[in-house]
Amino acid sequence: MALERHVISSFLEMSLTKSILEGNRLALARLLTQVENDSPEGREALTELFPHTGKAHLIGVTGAPGTGKSSLVNQLALHYRKNTNKKVAIVAVDPTSPFTGGAVLGDRVRMRDLSGDQGVFIRSMASRGSLGGIARKTASVVQVFDAAGYEIIIIETVGAGQSEVDVARLAHTTVVVEAPGLGDEIQAIKAGILEIADVLVINKADRPGVENTERALRSTLELAHPTKRVFRHHGKNMAVSAPAIDSDIWIPSVIKTVATEGKGIDELVAAIANHAAHLRQSGDWAARDRARLGSEMELLLREALLDRFLNNIPQTEYAEIMEKVLNRNISPYDAVKFLLNGK
Amino acid sequence: MTDKKIRVLVAKPGLDGHDRGAKVVARALRDAGMEVIYTGLRQTPEMIAEAALQEDVDVVGLSILSGAHMALAPRILDLLKQNGQDQVKVFIGGIIPDEDMPRLKEMGITGIYGPGASTDEIIRDVREAVQ
Repeated sequence: MALERHVISSFLEMSLTKSILEGNRLALARLLTQVENDSPEGREALTELFPHTGKAHLIGVTGAPGTGKSSLVNQLALHYRKNTNKKVAIVAVDPTSPFTGGAVLGDRVRMRDLSGDQGVFIRSMASRGSLGGIARKTASVVQVFDAAGYEIIIIETVGAGQSEVDVARLAHTTVVVEAPGLGDEIQAIKAGILEIADVLVINKADRPGVENTERALRSTLELAHPTKRVFRHHGKNMAVSAPAIDSDIWIPSVIKTVATEGKGIDELVAAIANHAAHLRQSGDWAARDRARLGSEMELLLREALLDRFLNNIPQTEYAEIMEKVLNRNISPYDAVKFLLNGK
Repeated sequence: MTDKKIRVLVAKPGLDGHDRGAKVVARALRDAGMEVIYTGLRQTPEMIAEAALQEDVDVVGLSILSGAHMALAPRILDLLKQNGQDQVKVFIGGIIPDEDMPRLKEMGITGIYGPGASTDEIIRDVREAVQ
C-alpha cells in the first residue's frame, strides 16, 4: 500500500513539475504551498526543478516598516513589465504572530496595479518564526519561480529593523529603502541594515527633510567607501591622493523616489541593472551563488543530521537528560557531550 | 515535517468603502492561527480570483455591504472554477437579506454572516469547511 501511494504521488509530482515548466500557474501556486510546508512532495519537486534554476536576477527589497517597500516593488514590477518582456515574480514576506502562529499578509494592497497581467505572479509568505526578515522557505520558493522562468524575482522582506539581513544572502542585489523623518535614527541603523545595501533608496522624497536624510546617508556611505576627492586650491582643481579605488568595490548608489507617483523608478531600475552588470564583471555573481547554495546545503545537512540523531536515541533517554539539566545537575554542554558520547 | 496552515483570502469586491468588518474578521482569523491575505478595497471579481490562485488559498472571505452580492458572488465562484480552484470555500460577510441566503448557498457559498455574527462562529466554520 505504502509503495503504491508513493508511486502515485511521485507520478502526480512529475506532472506537477512538468506543468510548472510549461507555465501552468495553478500548478505553480500549489507547488509553492508544498514547498512552504516543506512536504516530501515539495522536496521532490524542488529536486526535479533544480537543474532549471540559476537564471533569474534576485532583487531583495528591505527597510523599516512604512518606508514604502510594497509601493516601490509595485512600481519596479510595472517598470520591468512595460520595458522588458521578462516575467516578474514577487515574494512578499510579512511577520507571523509569535503567539498564535497566524499572520495578516497585506502587501498585495499596494500592488493592485499589477493584477490582470499574466506575466506577474505575487506570492505572500508569512515569516513562520524566522527572525532574519524572510521565511525559512523563501529561498526555496524563489528557486521554484526561477525554474518556472521568472527572470526577475523581487523579494520583499518584513518591515526590518537593524539585523534582519538574511535577504542579502539570498538576493543578488539588495535595495534598502529609507524615508525622510527617519533621519534621527540614521545613526542607529548604519551598523545594521545599511551595510547590506547595494542600492539605497530614499522613498517619499517629496516630503520635507529629504535633504537631511540624503546628506546623512551619503556621509555614512563615504565613511565606509573612500571615494576620490578633488580639493580646490588657489582656484585650481587639485587631485589629492586618496586611497586607490579598487574597481571591484561596488559603491552603493543613492536614489530618490516617490513610489506612489512613479518618480525616480527609471533611475532605480538603472542602478539595479548597473549593480547586476558589476556583479557579473567582478565575478561576484558566481561568488554570491556559491555562498547561497553553500549555506543552503549546510542548513539542510544540519537538519538532516539532527533528525537522524534524534531518531536514533530513545525518547526516554533524551527526556532524562533534559530533566537533569532542568534540575541543574548537569549543564547543557555536559548534556550534549553525554548524548553524543554516551558519557 | 509538514507545517500546514489554513490560508484565507479576505477581499472586498465592489465599490463600497467600509472595510472595518473585513479587518475585524482578518484579525480574528489571524489570532486563530491562520494566514490571512488581505487585498484591500474595491477589488474586481477578476482580481480576487487571480489573488486566490496565486496565493493558493483554502478559503475566500468576501465582505459585501453594497447589496451587489447576487451579482458578485456567482461571478467570483465562476472564475474560481474556471481557474481550477473548485475546492476553495467561499464565505460572505456583510448585509445579506434573508431571502437571498438560500440562493447564495445553492450557488456554492459555504457560509454567510450578517451583523452580530461572532468571530468564534466564523473561525469554527472555516476550520470545519477546510477539513
